[in-house]
Amino acid sequence: MTKRKLTGLAGLTLTAGLVLGGCAGGGASDEPIVVGSQAYYSNEIIAEIYAQALEGAGFEVDRQFQIGQRDAYLPELESGAVDLFPEYTGNLLQYYLPETTATQADEVYGELATALPEGLTALAMSPATDQDSYNVTAEFAQANGLTSIADLANVDGLILGGNPELEERPYGPTGLLETYGVTVAFDATGDITVDALLEGVINVANVYSGDPRIADFGLVTLADPEGLFLASNVVPIASSDIASDLAEVIDPISQALTPEGLVALNLKSTKDQMSAADIASQWLADNRF
Amino acid sequence: MDLLWEALTWLFSPEQYQGEGSIPQRVAEHLLYTAGATAIAAVVAVPIGYFIGHTGRGGTWVVGITGAARALPSFGLILLLVLMLGVSERVTASLVALVLLGIPPLMAGAYSGMQQIPRATIDAARAQGMTEWQIIWTVEIPLSLPLLLGGLRGAVLQIVATATLVAYVGLGGLGYDIIQGIPLRRFDQTVGTALVIVVVALVLDGLLSALTTWVTPRGVQQGRLTDVRARDSISRAAPVATTAASPEKKTTQQRKATL
Repeated sequence: MTKRKLTGLAGLTLTAGLVLGGCAGGGASDEPIVVGSQAYYSNEIIAEIYAQALEGAGFEVDRQFQIGQRDAYLPELESGAVDLFPEYTGNLLQYYLPETTATQADEVYGELATALPEGLTALAMSPATDQDSYNVTAEFAQANGLTSIADLANVDGLILGGNPELEERPYGPTGLLETYGVTVAFDATGDITVDALLEGVINVANVYSGDPRIADFGLVTLADPEGLFLASNVVPIASSDIASDLAEVIDPISQALTPEGLVALNLKSTKDQMSAADIASQWLADNRF
Repeated sequence: MDLLWEALTWLFSPEQYQGEGSIPQRVAEHLLYTAGATAIAAVVAVPIGYFIGHTGRGGTWVVGITGAARALPSFGLILLLVLMLGVSERVTASLVALVLLGIPPLMAGAYSGMQQIPRATIDAARAQGMTEWQIIWTVEIPLSLPLLLGGLRGAVLQIVATATLVAYVGLGGLGYDIIQGIPLRRFDQTVGTALVIVVVALVLDGLLSALTTWVTPRGVQQGRLTDVRARDSISRAAPVATTAASPEKKTTQQRKATL
């Protein structure tokens, strides 16, 4: 919590670093491009990468970071007050189409394109994902021979921990039972989910796949062969009228951002306490943008 | 208005009253945390407050420290304590955060209740040969009750409102439906539960207000000693004044005031 807040503050106060090189095309327009971000450190890093890349391409950028949750910022995007926002395909689709049954990445992206309101365009999605995943400790995985969510069906007395809304999500306890025949009790551990897992208060934890703590604590992410979880790739959402201009700069970035790359970016924030601006300029330099 | 209507519909639909996570269950959890935290806070704060009030010593320090503890943001404190004590101790951690909220108003109620008693009253008790303990038990505590209960009302109100936060560490209570409803965009559930919390807080406050009137010694109103004769003259002015009853009333008043 404090770390997130600190990085958030740092990101807001520090000015953007130098961007090496430049992207082809992209002329400067009169109006600055407004780039927004969620109040989630990882999202802000991606937004900062977009912002610096656009500046490198000659655009003027206005950063409106840490706008909070979807109910706060999506109306801003829809009204055109914000032009570019890093989003996640699955979670965003779930916002517009709560009843969706799509789970695979391409399927989700396709449905999202039609579900988006008029005036918004999804640019090319990135291979990087930050989606729900079920994790167990290495010892628990070894003791019970777990590699996939399906293996949980043989374990009794499981307690699943996660955010309170997980209880009601299609991939929550109900989905686990219907898809994999796994029975779990639910504990709404919220922000203390990983701590609860390490302490053994819960056995299975819902952690975002981009969370560096998965690697840090040697957690085992259980495979999801039946596609219980909604794929959620990083996807830039842009105002339709300037989407093609932005795509020239942003699409190569989305392509270069890998799942492992995203975890590495997050780790720089949580472990090294670097600011979003520094992380972004370093990443852009490392990837020769 | 639509939202309010949806919230009320949610609130009165039968499925909210059965099974796991029903409104009655959440209310019970919420009241349990509130009662537990208030009781612990009272056990800690009231004796200290009485000590300060009776002796007039240590006020600056104790009040300063508890007041400062009150400034800690409860949400951060709950998470911090859970991480420090461990997730298995999350109930203790949450209770500590709530107790810290309840201590300052209770302590303030206890010591200011004693301090506002006119010195003349206490001197009179001492002059009659009462021991210090007799003064405390039969004069100071009864006369300070109204202000102490005022402190209790303040403490309960703060704790019942803040107990909403324990849902963030998976302990349920009414906060659970709110923090679950927001990401799910179930605003009927969020607003409906908020209404329940408001009702619970108002009912608790009403009950405590009634309790305050009930336990207040007859000679004391809102912590002030009233002139008994002045009140009698008012009732005599009323058409159905019963002069015959007033001497009896006076004696019960006197008895209660010294009890």
